[in-house]
Amino acid sequence: MQTLDMAEVALREMNATLHAQAETSNQTTWEILNPKGAHAIACGLDAPIEVTVKGSTGYYCGGMNKQATIHIKGSAGPGVAENMMSGTVVIEGDASQYAGATGHGGLLVIKGNASSRCGISMKGIDIVVHGNIGHMSAFMAQSGTLVVCGDAGEALGDSLYEARLFVRGSVKSLGADCIEKEMRPEHLALLADLLERAGATAKPEEFKRYGSARELYTFKIDNAY
Amino acid sequence: MCGIVGLFLKDKALEPQLGALLTTMLVTMTDRGPDSAGIAIYSNNSKDRSKIVVQSDDPDTDFEQLDAKVSEAIGAPVSLTVSSTHAVLSMPDGLIEKARAAIATFSPTLRIMSRGSALEIYKEVGLPKDVAARFEIGQMSGSHGIGHTRMATESAVTTMGAHPFNTGDDQCLVHNGSLSNHNSLRRKLRREGIHIETENDTEVGAAYLTWQMQKGATLGEALQRSLDDLDGFFTFVVGTRDGFGVVRDPIACKPAVMAETDQYVAFGSEYRALVDLPGIEEARVWEPEPATVYFWSHTDQPTHEKAA
Repeated sequence: MQTLDMAEVALREMNATLHAQAETSNQTTWEILNPKGAHAIACGLDAPIEVTVKGSTGYYCGGMNKQATIHIKGSAGPGVAENMMSGTVVIEGDASQYAGATGHGGLLVIKGNASSRCGISMKGIDIVVHGNIGHMSAFMAQSGTLVVCGDAGEALGDSLYEARLFVRGSVKSLGADCIEKEMRPEHLALLADLLERAGATAKPEEFKRYGSARELYTFKIDNAY
Repeated sequence: MCGIVGLFLKDKALEPQLGALLTTMLVTMTDRGPDSAGIAIYSNNSKDRSKIVVQSDDPDTDFEQLDAKVSEAIGAPVSLTVSSTHAVLSMPDGLIEKARAAIATFSPTLRIMSRGSALEIYKEVGLPKDVAARFEIGQMSGSHGIGHTRMATESAVTTMGAHPFNTGDDQCLVHNGSLSNHNSLRRKLRREGIHIETENDTEVGAAYLTWQMQKGATLGEALQRSLDDLDGFFTFVVGTRDGFGVVRDPIACKPAVMAETDQYVAFGSEYRALVDLPGIEEARVWEPEPATVYFWSHTDQPTHEKAA
């Protein structure tokens, strides 16, 4: 295992070292020490490597990730895994606002709670939150799946497109054009797979599904003002 | 952007380190705003005495004999401690208003930074590390304090545009965000007779709290009402004689993270600001909820629950 200690290695040098890992790298496991809330840790990775961050991170950890598996052994600041393309980001603690925003693919697992705007404008990413999420989550979410084992805050799924939302607990309020939908066998199968991959013990049958009513002007021009 | 830090000490053993801990926290937040910086320190070490902190662009001239002049005007002994562009005038309780009126008459260019029995505000244009060094904040002790580093958006980079803003005796406010209805609210508050000096949005926020409290609201109630009457983005941290409070607007774009241990409650715009605090690894760390007023106080009858 390779170790990068941020008390000794500068942020740019650390990220450059991780960027230099090719598809065929033999150095497949990395450990980052002393993150101390620094910004942009392990951003823009594009290799099937495993990176463990030993502590809490600041803005944009794991942003734009491709292929890599990033494990944060603490909490994550705003914009964790923003615009992720593929790979996996797992957070042991909580995530701050707009976790997984605009993500195109991959799996984001938050074992604690996520705050506001989780999965805003998501475009194909799968997000599993073991705890609760804050207000305006999945705002304008286009595709992908957001699974919440706890409760959701205000205005869930406002102006939603095709993303699928599953919440086990309560939803404080639904956003514009977001409605509860029937749970069909294919949704239960999808949930079972995501929950298992995210290490969550919740059962698919305990969730409710929410999605777009497709009534906004983006779907029906007669509904424009 | 702007960066905010706050530290409320539960453990008296840490009090001699308050200035040093706050300075480290604030310097870490420098890249959230390099325009100006300020710190409010609360220390209850002067029994039965009140303090006014004044600022001058020409301290050598303005602070000369200032104690004697104020003393004569209020008919009581006054001590003066000069620290760079700031000076602390200390006097017996109950004479602050008289002293303020006198200073406004014979030294109209002096700016009042703060007033109260425990509060001292130091703020200037410049980087946090330079402002902290200039006033030797690192050597100060106290029970709690808040700090701010500014990225100016709504008004000029001046001493008076720097935070914290004094909202009343022993009360102050720092702000991360921008208020969008500050012009109309300023006109309204001026009509109500509230003194507002600058074009700064946060000063209007501070004046709003002052106005609410003049009408009989407690600080806690005033903050609750600010959620209805202030339009825009804000994370506020307010200081009181015995504690501090936090409130974020309902959208809560502006970041905030808190940490609590047996020794302290700490606030930072980012987790980075908290990483050098003792025992942070074991602290409970969380994000304050939107549109929720939080307070921590050293007493069972906290200031924020009392009408002014």
